[in-house]
Amino acid sequence: MERLWEKNRVAVILSAVVIVGMYVFWFMGKARAESMLTSAWGFAVPLILAALVGVVGERSGVVNIGIEGQMLISAFAAFFGAALTGSLIIGVLLGLGAGMLLGGFLAWTAVKLRTDQIIAGVVINIAATGITSFFYKQGQTLPGVFPRWEIPLLKDLPLVGKVFFANGPFALATILIVIVLNYLLFRTRWGLRTRAIGEYPQAADTAGIDVIRMRLVNVTLAGLLAGAAGAFLSMEASSTFERGITADRGFLALAIMIFGAWKPLQAAAAALFFGFAQAIASQLQADKVVDIPQQLINTLPYVLTLIVLAVAAGRVRAPAAEGVPFVKGQG
Amino acid sequence: MADTDVAKARTAPTGTPPKAGNPVWELMVRNQSIVVPIVALVLAFSIGAFLIRTQGVNPAYAYESLFRAALGTPEGLLRTFQKTTPLILTGLAVSVAFRVGLFNIGAQGQLLCGAMGAAWVGFTMKDLPGIILIPLATVVGVLLGAMWASIAALLKTSRGVHEVISTIMLNAIAIGIMDTLVNYPLQAPGDDIARTPEIGAGAKLPEFGVVPSGFILALILALVSAWVLKRTTTGFKFDTVGKNKHAAGYAGIGIAATTIYAMALSGGLAGLAGVVETLGVVHRYESTSNNGLGFDGVTIALLARANPMGTIPAAFLVGILRSGAAKLQFDTQIQPEIVDLLLAVTLLLVSIPIIAQVIFRKRAASQAALSSGWGA
Amino acid sequence: MSEVLLELDGVTKWFGPVKANTDISMKVNRGEIIALLGENGAGKSTLVKQIFGLITPDSGTITVKGDPTRIKDPRDAIGRGIGMVHQHFQLVPVMTVTENIILGFEPVKGLNLDLDSARTMVVEASDRYGLEVDPDAAIEDLPVGTQQRVEILKALSKKVDLLILDEPTAVLTPQETDELLGVMKALAADGTSIVFITHKLREVLAVADRVYVLRQGRVVGEVATKDTDQAGLATMMVGRAVVLQVDKDEATPADEVLSVRDLVVQDDRKLPAVNGMNLTVRAGEIVGLAGVEGNGQRELVEAIAGMRKVVSGSVHLGTEDVTGKSPHHIHAAGVGHVPEDREKHGLVGGYSIADNLVLNRFDEPEFANRGVRNFGAIDANAEAYVKEFDIRTSGIHATAGSLSGGNKQKVVVAREMSAEPRLLIAAQPTRGVDVGSIEFIHSRIVDARDKGAAVLLVSAELDEILSLSDRIVVVHGGHAVAEMPGAGANRQEIGRLMAGGGH
Repeated sequence: MERLWEKNRVAVILSAVVIVGMYVFWFMGKARAESMLTSAWGFAVPLILAALVGVVGERSGVVNIGIEGQMLISAFAAFFGAALTGSLIIGVLLGLGAGMLLGGFLAWTAVKLRTDQIIAGVVINIAATGITSFFYKQGQTLPGVFPRWEIPLLKDLPLVGKVFFANGPFALATILIVIVLNYLLFRTRWGLRTRAIGEYPQAADTAGIDVIRMRLVNVTLAGLLAGAAGAFLSMEASSTFERGITADRGFLALAIMIFGAWKPLQAAAAALFFGFAQAIASQLQADKVVDIPQQLINTLPYVLTLIVLAVAAGRVRAPAAEGVPFVKGQG
Repeated sequence: MADTDVAKARTAPTGTPPKAGNPVWELMVRNQSIVVPIVALVLAFSIGAFLIRTQGVNPAYAYESLFRAALGTPEGLLRTFQKTTPLILTGLAVSVAFRVGLFNIGAQGQLLCGAMGAAWVGFTMKDLPGIILIPLATVVGVLLGAMWASIAALLKTSRGVHEVISTIMLNAIAIGIMDTLVNYPLQAPGDDIARTPEIGAGAKLPEFGVVPSGFILALILALVSAWVLKRTTTGFKFDTVGKNKHAAGYAGIGIAATTIYAMALSGGLAGLAGVVETLGVVHRYESTSNNGLGFDGVTIALLARANPMGTIPAAFLVGILRSGAAKLQFDTQIQPEIVDLLLAVTLLLVSIPIIAQVIFRKRAASQAALSSGWGA
Repeated sequence: MSEVLLELDGVTKWFGPVKANTDISMKVNRGEIIALLGENGAGKSTLVKQIFGLITPDSGTITVKGDPTRIKDPRDAIGRGIGMVHQHFQLVPVMTVTENIILGFEPVKGLNLDLDSARTMVVEASDRYGLEVDPDAAIEDLPVGTQQRVEILKALSKKVDLLILDEPTAVLTPQETDELLGVMKALAADGTSIVFITHKLREVLAVADRVYVLRQGRVVGEVATKDTDQAGLATMMVGRAVVLQVDKDEATPADEVLSVRDLVVQDDRKLPAVNGMNLTVRAGEIVGLAGVEGNGQRELVEAIAGMRKVVSGSVHLGTEDVTGKSPHHIHAAGVGHVPEDREKHGLVGGYSIADNLVLNRFDEPEFANRGVRNFGAIDANAEAYVKEFDIRTSGIHATAGSLSGGNKQKVVVAREMSAEPRLLIAAQPTRGVDVGSIEFIHSRIVDARDKGAAVLLVSAELDEILSLSDRIVVVHGGHAVAEMPGAGANRQEIGRLMAGGGH
């Protein structure tokens, strides 16, 4: 059973997602199913983006526990950037830039200064909370409505068309990013090298790969994804910024990354699974099928994370060199 | 046989002799763990001053208003001590867990468990005399905090779940559970605020002038923790597990048992912070009143480098800032979140070995790793 | 006149206050096999790392094919035709043979990795050099001997004029070693120059044309192999005539102390590593476990010491069944254990020497009273053992991490002997230790035996086994395949048995 599970993880997770989806579709009617799918996908998008930040970082050997802070600052920069300049585009660029800046900061402290990576990440989170709390201003609004785009043909697919292919730019881009990153990681030169520096950096070093530079670049660029996740939250999903808007999603994302075995496609499936669980619980509550206080319903993703980690953590293997600073010429 | 070699080596220098220098400089080099946070603090306050200035306020006036409010009056002092008390305890909680290599971000959730436990005992049995009620409420609160922390420890030792993620999840779950409790079963009858009834008069902790009794307890516990960690076999076990798990296993120290024990102690201390807050200050459980105390504990432990005695000044610093922030806002319209900013900058500067490297160059002490990656 | 491929002139390298290489000069001609011979810590690895661009010399020049510019990094070195096979294989365990071989020089088709042509390339190279590997196997599933073939193929897959091999035979059976030496000769005949590091004299004499002997970071001699012999090389290596035989009297074995019956233990990957092992060690004798590393020795020792789960079978200490007991219990029952990996298991680097000397005795009544540590006794204990074992340190409160390898090992040995164990397990007791300390540790092990302890010696160095053991047990595939008296044991016969060529 254990081996079966290990070998067929993707299949198991995906079929779970599909079964849940079928359930939703058949038992709740088309309109409801669509709204639930939409809610699940909306929940999953920032988690996927954030999980991919973790995937790129850890595949390169750097543990990033500061994703939460990266997202928070990005959401802040995107929203207030747009509100103050009156330009959505500038807001988005500022959001992406803020995510990358913090990615670069983590990379610099973890890779160059060789600070304890967990502490560096936690400090980023604390700093992000402090900075966004202080500079937060009430009463700002976005200068315009965030666009919705439709992908021709694909949007006409039954059920999934409207949910996945008629959406805001970040949600649409997320689908593309997952596929592209999965390809890059497992099919290209960059992917092979990235996996090598996360597993055994000394081997990569002796093969002539500049481990330090590659880690710096990867962790910094992954910050763009955290920026996208943050901008999605404050511009596309809600068009407002609140203190603590990220609501621990950066940490849920790490659980999703582990559940997804550090693979983009599987992480996306895992995030969707989380989204479904949340959507179903809310729906059951709204339908008065169960009477559980909303406060408890809201803890569902966190409980789920603990369960998922307890089940998955022992079975998946993390990149061997993650969290370990690389020192040239040793080993 | 090897006698000649041995003799040679005995006379050879064993390392580079320390260069004699300015005695003040030597003192600073030796006490980097104190010098670095002070420099960081000065820098942070300078940055804060700049930001205050950009808002059109004289920084000197703003800081004076803050410190005067925190330290200048008896009420201010009492408030500062009250704010400092739970922070010493959560700082200790996070520090103790650091000693076994665990990063307990979950002090907040454990504190909520302790606060709720104490409140529940305090109002359900409010007619009992204080001499029974206070210890009972304390024991229940501490145990609940310890149990909540033990979940993370068990997940770590049996399933390898990293404690940073599990404790953050447990924080969110604790908040959900407590909010449910104060909104439904434990809400004070006829109250429209989400809070429990008030605890019995006997359960309220006394104050000695401006010094709350909880503060004295926190000081004693800091001393006891320092002694236990430094002088006892328990402390040795904690440190060995934290520094080298493999060697701990080899030395016959039960890694799982030690980890769970340390985490339970940590959770107990955080739970106690909640107990003291409930019995000493809030006198009931109210959803918003314990905000941030556990998270400040993380900041304090990092500033103190997991040294129990260091948590006292670090907690005082945070306590003063938190205590004076409201008056600062009243006097200058500067948002109280300036405190979070000041602490964040200080913490950034302390945690990232940049100050030590700039000041002390090659003699900067290397930072000991406090925590470990997913796999470890 | 042959072409000079590599020339070193006055190469010097410091590590902090330690001079690892001092003014080293040497020449390598095309097609020549050069041995770098020296004790552990003589500076051989440091030297070749500089040739391969992993570290940069502080002074001196390295000239490759007439080009004296600084070798910036491994990529630069590879570009100049230098390949290196590292002592610790530089292979990513979760990746395939092909992926490892192309890493850093990946063929691509557009954006895609061109794994097909890579595989063809690997198969061709494998055929050309007679190094058989499965291009699609994951490294972690391969035995060490095969991993080394991959490592060599990886180096040869680029255009290589100079191949550096850092202790290539350390993990090989005698038979695999012979194969490797054959490959080296063939490569040299083809015009490839080879520099290989070793401290095994027989190998030097078997393949090398010339030898540079290093001691304490300096070249202390250069000689053509045809002009020297084992004794001559050994003398150059250690600077004095070596005593290959340890002084010891006849053993007087008494009662059985350790008895292992049908033991089965798994390794970290949950594969059986110890497979029906039977072993006894009596009081007053040293039993040497001979075997190629990775044949279950580590798991056996850890199971006896209580650090690893026993699947089936039993371990008895005297009459007590200690199967599956905790390390704490087994230590208390009188087992001293010098662990194979002292940095990982034997010491806490951040602790003082004093704390390390009581690492597994910290809660004994002598050192702690009702949970409160007795620092007076701990320090006195440390002073005594630092003196008795001649541990060279600035003081008992210096961290163990600041000590040299030999002195670290002395701390571990001192501690394990301090409890006067009934059974002493010494796993690789002299690995990475200087000659003086080796002799000291050996004499201590013999002392322990003479005082009546049962000693189980596990070592990858056949010489160590041969010179210390009263009885030798050869292990292969996780169980004992032969047993013989230590006196007069035959090296070739043991080598054959170690390789699985038993009954």
